[in-house]
Amino acid sequence: MRPLTETEQKTVFEKLANYCTDLKSLIAPLDDGDRYVFRLNHSRVYYVRLSVANLATSVSRDALLSLGTCLGKMTKTGKFRLHITALPILSEHARHKIWVKDNGAQPFLYGSNVVKAHVGRWSEDCPEHSGVVVYSMADIPLGFGVTARSTTEARRLDPTGIVCFRQSDCGEYLRDEDTLFAG
Amino acid sequence: MGVGRRMQKQGPPEPLSEEHFANLKRKKGLPFDDPTAGEDTRRSKKQKIVKKQPKKSGSNTVAVKGAKKEEKPVKKAGTKPDHRSKESKKSRKASPDDDEEMGDEFDLEDLDSDEVDVQKLGDDFLGTDDDSVYDSDQDPVAKKEAFVFSDDEDDEEDREEKLTAANIEGLSRKLDMQREKEAEENEAELRDEALQTNIEGGDDLEDDDDQLKTKTKTLLAPDLQMLRTRITDTIRVLDDFSSLAEEGKSRAEYTSQLIKDICAYYGYNEFLAEKLFNLFPPREAFAFFEANESARPVVIRTNTLRTHRRDLAQALINRGVTLEPVGKWSKVGLQVFDSNVPLGATPEYLAGHYILQAASSFLPVMALCPQEGERVLDMASAPGGKTTHMAALMKNTGVIFANDPSKQRAKGLIGNIHRLGARNVIVCNYDAREFPRVMGGFDRVLLDAPCSGTGVIAKDPSVKTNRDEKDFLQLPHLQKQLLLAAIDSVDHASKTGGYVVYSTCSVAVEENEQVVAYALSRRPNVKLVETGLAFGKEGFTSFMGKSFHPSLKLTRRYYPHLYNVDGFFVAKFQKLGPTPANAVRANGVDKSNKPADGQAAEEAQEVVDKTPIGAECEAQDDFGSGFDDGEDKEYMERAKRNAMRRRGLDPRALKKPSAAKKTAEKGEEKKTEGAAAAAAEVTEKIEKLEVVEERKVDESAKTKTVKTTKKVVEKVTKKVEEKPKAAAPAPKKAGDKKKKVAKK
Repeated sequence: MRPLTETEQKTVFEKLANYCTDLKSLIAPLDDGDRYVFRLNHSRVYYVRLSVANLATSVSRDALLSLGTCLGKMTKTGKFRLHITALPILSEHARHKIWVKDNGAQPFLYGSNVVKAHVGRWSEDCPEHSGVVVYSMADIPLGFGVTARSTTEARRLDPTGIVCFRQSDCGEYLRDEDTLFAG
Repeated sequence: MGVGRRMQKQGPPEPLSEEHFANLKRKKGLPFDDPTAGEDTRRSKKQKIVKKQPKKSGSNTVAVKGAKKEEKPVKKAGTKPDHRSKESKKSRKASPDDDEEMGDEFDLEDLDSDEVDVQKLGDDFLGTDDDSVYDSDQDPVAKKEAFVFSDDEDDEEDREEKLTAANIEGLSRKLDMQREKEAEENEAELRDEALQTNIEGGDDLEDDDDQLKTKTKTLLAPDLQMLRTRITDTIRVLDDFSSLAEEGKSRAEYTSQLIKDICAYYGYNEFLAEKLFNLFPPREAFAFFEANESARPVVIRTNTLRTHRRDLAQALINRGVTLEPVGKWSKVGLQVFDSNVPLGATPEYLAGHYILQAASSFLPVMALCPQEGERVLDMASAPGGKTTHMAALMKNTGVIFANDPSKQRAKGLIGNIHRLGARNVIVCNYDAREFPRVMGGFDRVLLDAPCSGTGVIAKDPSVKTNRDEKDFLQLPHLQKQLLLAAIDSVDHASKTGGYVVYSTCSVAVEENEQVVAYALSRRPNVKLVETGLAFGKEGFTSFMGKSFHPSLKLTRRYYPHLYNVDGFFVAKFQKLGPTPANAVRANGVDKSNKPADGQAAEEAQEVVDKTPIGAECEAQDDFGSGFDDGEDKEYMERAKRNAMRRRGLDPRALKKPSAAKKTAEKGEEKKTEGAAAAAAEVTEKIEKLEVVEERKVDESAKTKTVKTTKKVVEKVTKKVEEKPKAAAPAPKKAGDKKKKVAKK
């Protein structure tokens, strides 16, 4: 386990900035003096409190499997890939949101893209190809994705047009349970 | 691909003969024609040979040539060697041109001979027994040489007895007669035996037993109806033995009959049936066995980090799930009766609003009651139901160390942790017995120990047959080690905590009360406290002759037939003080500094991993008084000196710096735990290196001097060290260095 290097941190923040509003609140000091930090273990990036991370140093590298919340994985070429496990953090600070109707939640959770007919409402002024967090009508975060069209253009789409490309959804906890957390 | 060279060199394969097939059929017992009477074959052969002539292809002529060669050794003596040489030449040279040339040569030669033969055959070839044409089929001797079968000899003898269409009737009649005879003989035997038994006489009940036995012996399914009625009858009798018992039948006889019936009816092995039967009075035992046949209801636990029970219940009811709160004892449990949708795939499940968890698994976490901001350890946490429960109770504050020894199961654990949004969890993959060494000072520790599973037979019926005596010796051994490690990992001076909860999903006393009693005896600094659980039966304070500490009644037992939850056991300890320095550690290391007397030695031996399993308590009772320490010491000294001599070490080295070491060691007794822990780490490293060799060396090192001096010697020579010695001189290692410096 080690803290992220400068380049790694930059990559992670760039990715997160796609979805989140203010990144500073992610690492801002909390009321009790603690703050959240990023740690890297076995090429996975974890978002965890500093006190917890300090305690985790007593666990050997081979034995440490996970700490706090896993945000995603650093690939071998240095790119950062967000996993579904980062959803709670993204949904806390989400910039753009899409609410999906109940009949659209099931297909999204099964892995298909969000279609205009299923959209309940979406936040205003979403540019094209920007990160968006997908919610159900009961404000339960279901996953995240990338907008296919800007909001204004999407209004002119026909109902079967794709509004948002699915990048990650909660169904992956079942579909990818073997690969999501490689021991 | 075309005709290859093989055809030119070897020629076409020999024609299959009828005799070959006849032989095969005879062996298989099928009807076949006698091949010696086959004139047609010869005719067809001749026809073939005649037909092949005009083609003039090398292959055919070669074949014919080959046949002719054998037949006319005298006539073609001259040509034979040429043929052979030409053949060999052919095989060596690979060029097609040469082959064709050769073939042509052969053709010419063979043409002459064939023409001769053809002429000979002429009009008269049908039916002539002409020697000019050699038909390999007709030569039985040659036939046998060409195809060699290992059982040819037998064939000749058995020929008459093999089935053919002709003799099948006769043979079957013979068989029938034989069978009839045998049947008659058997019946006669049975009648004789029956006569004998009748003369000896017997009870009615015994006849019934015999009937049942013969029935089961003949591999018919046991008569379940009869078994069940007999079970209920026996229980009725045992309930009111004095009035309902038959004359001459003891309680033991009824009980043994009942246990046999239970084995047959429910499918248990005898060992487990008896063990479980002895936990309850007969009627309750029957209820227990019955309850193990049906599944417990499905229960889900709401994740209070994400939702409330009421909202979740509403959402699930909207999806078509019938549920209700699991009971007054829990604020987060929901019991599901049936559902239209798969419970493990609803959007609420995927969003982490609930987890499927057995109701009994709520209990240890409720007993442990972790507070916010505490440091908690879960020693065997997969698949993560209890860990996430604790995280919810702590509201994502503090730290939870979720350990699991299996990396495979840890995947599911990490999945559940992330799905339910527990952020304060560190997942590690250690053998839980390593625990205070990895990290100590926890406020609370939860140990849901691996067990035999006798409480969850409803979930896993294979437990009925898989468990035997060995399991009930190995598992408690492991559980005792884990519990000691758990106790050692707790911080007794914690402001809010200092608790250990030990739980198993088993109802056996060996895994529950006995383990708890063991921990109480080995760790005088812990005591049992109230679990705080609203329901549950008190644990046993005495069982089958074994008696435990009276505080055992503070532990709780759960049964499927009483509370409709899985069989379970929960015990809550509180740690009041530090572990004494001479206490036995979880991995069997004895840190004793005192000169070991027989008692302590035996105690050390009891917890060392290598002692034969089952020797723990019994050893002390049976053999404690039988050892003579003085005599033992002599033998031990001698053995030690021998061992050292064998290794080329000087045995006299053991004697020298005894006094100095003793004083140093006493000084070290007052060391802090931290240094001891560090030293323990080092010794454990050494131990790991020397585990195998330790077994060879005499294990009885009692004197400190021997230990410490040996330590010095071994540091130099890197030799084997005995395990108890390894632990004891650990804190003295630093002391040794000091001494060395002092000496210099």
